[in-house]
Order: sequence, then C-alpha cells, then structure tokens
Amino acid sequence: MQDLWGSFQAAFALIVQMDADLAEIVLLSLQVTTAAVLIACLLGFPLGALLAVGRFPGRAILSVLTNATMGLPPVVVGLLVYLMLSQSGPFAVLNLLYTPTAMIIAQVILVTPIVAALTAQVVEDLNVEYDDLLRVMGASRLQTVTTLLWDARASLMTAALAGFGRAFAEVGAVMIVGGNINHVTRVMTTAIALETSKGALALALALGIVLLMISILINASLMALRSSTRTTAHA
Amino acid sequence: MPENNILPFRQSDDPNTRDVIIQAEDLYISRADRNLLSGVSFAITQPGITTLLGPNGAGKSLILRLIAGLMMADSGRLSIVPSISNSLALVFQTPVVLRRSVHANLNHALKIYGTPKSERVGRIAELLVLADLTSLAQTPAKRLSGGEKQRLAMARALAARPKLLLLDEPTASLDPHATAAIERLTRSAAASGTKVILVTHDRMQAERMADDVLLVHRGRIAEHTPATQFFEAPTSEEGRTFLTGQILL
Ligand SMILES: Nc1ncnc2c1ncn2[C@@H]1O[C@H](COP(=O)(O)OP(=O)(O)O)[C@@H](O)[C@H]1O
Ligand SMILES: [Mg+2]
Repeated sequence: MQDLWGSFQAAFALIVQMDADLAEIVLLSLQVTTAAVLIACLLGFPLGALLAVGRFPGRAILSVLTNATMGLPPVVVGLLVYLMLSQSGPFAVLNLLYTPTAMIIAQVILVTPIVAALTAQVVEDLNVEYDDLLRVMGASRLQTVTTLLWDARASLMTAALAGFGRAFAEVGAVMIVGGNINHVTRVMTTAIALETSKGALALALALGIVLLMISILINASLMALRSSTRTTAHA
Repeated sequence: MPENNILPFRQSDDPNTRDVIIQAEDLYISRADRNLLSGVSFAITQPGITTLLGPNGAGKSLILRLIAGLMMADSGRLSIVPSISNSLALVFQTPVVLRRSVHANLNHALKIYGTPKSERVGRIAELLVLADLTSLAQTPAKRLSGGEKQRLAMARALAARPKLLLLDEPTASLDPHATAAIERLTRSAAASGTKVILVTHDRMQAERMADDVLLVHRGRIAEHTPATQFFEAPTSEEGRTFLTGQILL
C-alpha cells in the first residue's frame, strides 16, 4: 500500500516536471498515431464514399471486406506487417522493421477500415437526401463525391477521432513491428507494458495517467462533435 | 444519370403544336401489380405556368420525376425539346439545402452548373436579392426557417437561368407569408421566360398561379384545360368533383 502511494506520487512528479523520457514517449505516440490517422483518412474517406455511391464490379465484396476488417485483432496485423517487413519478407530491402514507419503502417491497416466503413455509412445516409438534387443539377461523379464528403465533414471528424482512439490505445501491433526500442520506437502503450513488467511502476503509472487523459479527451471531443452534428442536422 | 426514355422532340410544322415542349404519350408505371400511372398523355406548351393539380397520391410527383429524368416509365413515350431537357431545375416539397452557408450553397450550385468564377460573385448577389436572403448570406443553410430554406432552393434552381422550372408542391409545408414569397419568385421566373410546371394539391394556389391546369387523378390525366376555363366550367367529372371540394377517391 505504501509502495503504491509512493508510485503515484512519483508518477505525478514525473508528469508535473515534464520528465524528458516521459515527454519523448508521449510525443512519439502522438506523432505515430497522428500520421497513421491522417493517412487512414486520405485512404478511408474516398474509399468509404466510393463504397457508398460508387457503382463498380466488386463493390459488394469490397464493402464486406471493409466491414470485416474493422475489428482485426491488432496482434495479427502486427504479425502480418512483421512478416512483410522482416529479413525474409518481400519488403525486407526497405529496412523498415523496428522503425516508427513500421508502426505507422500497422496502425494505418488497423484504422483505415474503421474510417472507410464509418464514412460509407455517413455518406450513404447523406446521399439519400442529396441524390435527386445532385442528379437534377447534373453533378458529375467526382462533384457528387466531393459534395457529400464535404457536407459530411463533421461526421467524418468523428470517424477520424474514433480511429485515433483505437490506434492510440493499441499495444499488440506496434509492439511486434516497432520492437519497443528505447528512444526509437517506444510509445506509451509498449512502455507501460515494459515498465510494469520491470516493476518500474512510477513511469508506467505516469504514462497510464497521460494515456487515460488523452483517451478521455478524445472521447469527450467525440461526444461533443456528435451532439453538435445532431443539432445542426435537425435545425 | 440513369438511362431514361426521354426522346428528342420531333418538331412539327403544324402551327397548333409549334410551342409544344413536352409531349407524353401513353405513359405507364406499375409497381407490385399496381398501376401508378396508367396511360398518361399530355402536351405542355411554352410559355407560362402549367399546374399539375390533384389529390395526394394521384401521381403528380411521378410525372414530375419523369420529366426531370430521375426515373423512367415502364412504357410509353416522353419527348422533351433537348434545349429544354438540358436546362431544367427542380424544387422539392421538403427543401434540400447543403450543409454550408446560404452563400456557399449558391456558389456550389453555380460551380456545378459550370458558371465561371468571375461571374459567380455577381450572380450570387443578384440571387440573394431576388430571394431576399442578403442579410442571411453567411448563415448556415440548415439553420434557416422552412420558408427561408425554400427561398434558397428557389434561388439555387434559378441560378443557372433554367428554361424549365419544376416545382413539386414547394409551398405545401409553408405558412401563407412564406407561400406568397415562393409564388412571387415563381411568377417572376415565368415572366422572364422560364417555363414553369407547378405541382400542387391546393386549388386556390392553382387558381392564383396557373395558365393551364392538368388535373391528375389516380394515375391518369382527367383533363387539361386553360385555367380560366377549368375554374369556371371544368370539362371532366373529376374536375367538377375536385372543385366542389369533395375529396376524389
Ligand atoms: N417508388 C415507388 N414505389 C411504389 N409506389 C410508389 C413509388 N413512388 C410513388 N409510389 C406511389 O405512387 C402513387 C403516386 O405517387 P406520387 O406521384 O408521389 O403522388 P402525388 O400526386 O401525391 O405526388 C402513390 O400511391 C405512391 O404511394
Ligand atoms: Mg407528391
């Protein structure tokens, strides 16, 4: 009990003093996940819109695939990316294993289906409202898709945040492809796992508290966004 | 756009049909063994305001959607002069506005219509004045009242100076004041040469607006007469019943 209290005190001290190790790990986590989510949005928004309003062969299969891969087990994604990037894998020459780039790749694979599936849903709903109008106006396919994506922007933000939440809190995939190397690929979740197993509870707790706060912040933003979209949608 | 059965119009030399811009011949639509349109034929001439009048469920919106190219009939033939079918706009009963400001709604429409950027600013200002929306230009369109939204929808429809304006019960959910504003916009469009087809179930509105009346009843055209004649001495049994205020069943 005494120990636990001591660990908490040490953890708060680390946070308040903005400990260099702690700050480095938090920053890398934010960088990796932000990059992954940005890429996932660049891929997922158009893919989702295409699934919603596109008419092309294989659309149904792609739609099923997207939804099925929404809940991929992160360790499996980690394993697959590892196999691709490892010495015996097809992309070995890129030398990406155990780099932040490898972690970004793994997170992109985790997040893109989520963003795409949520985007498809939102765009499909909006298209019910806009379809006749845009057709009578003579909008091109591209104009239709960009109009729908722009007008769904508030909901797309929530899709991006949902993806961010998943990637940020994930540990299995980044552990496998990043290797949790100090000062290189050590992010919050992998550091917590390591420090806890070492019994270094202060740093683990400090990271845990920061992770928790960021997660709460993300979810609070999600809720705020959702309620504000609801109000404008019905106003 | 889906394939549709709108055919280029065969211009006739017959002076009586010279101004015909839309001709429907024996249009049928059925769904689940029910005829929604059964043998609809009419000829709509330019200029003026033609009203499609009839009770709910008569098939008015279906006819308008056929003309707009949003659907096709199961059989029959619909001919529209190409210069007209290439230049039409549609306003719905429930106004559809984009999730952007009033100004951005008009700008986006002009972009889709292919209006060069240099001409857009001036045109938007004109449209805002026309629809009395200047003071609301920066307001998100979703926050407008029903009447304001419909004025925006009218302004957007008129943005490309269409040759044909299709209005599907545009005032059915509006109060008298907002209705008057839409009717004013409709008249000014007609006065400037735009052909208007106005769908309504409201005989008072038809009487205020129509040059000619197409009475639609149970998926058929009961009669097509000039407004002055229709409201004094309708030629059909349905017309007489409709004017006495009895619901047509
Ligand atoms: N896509 C559709 N499928 C089946 N029935 C339809 C469809 N569209 C319209 N209807 C039916 O056709 C009839 C005419 O509809 P509509 O043209 O909308 O009537 P209104 O004269 O009120 O505009 C109605 O009974 C309606 O329920
Ligand atoms: Mg209708």
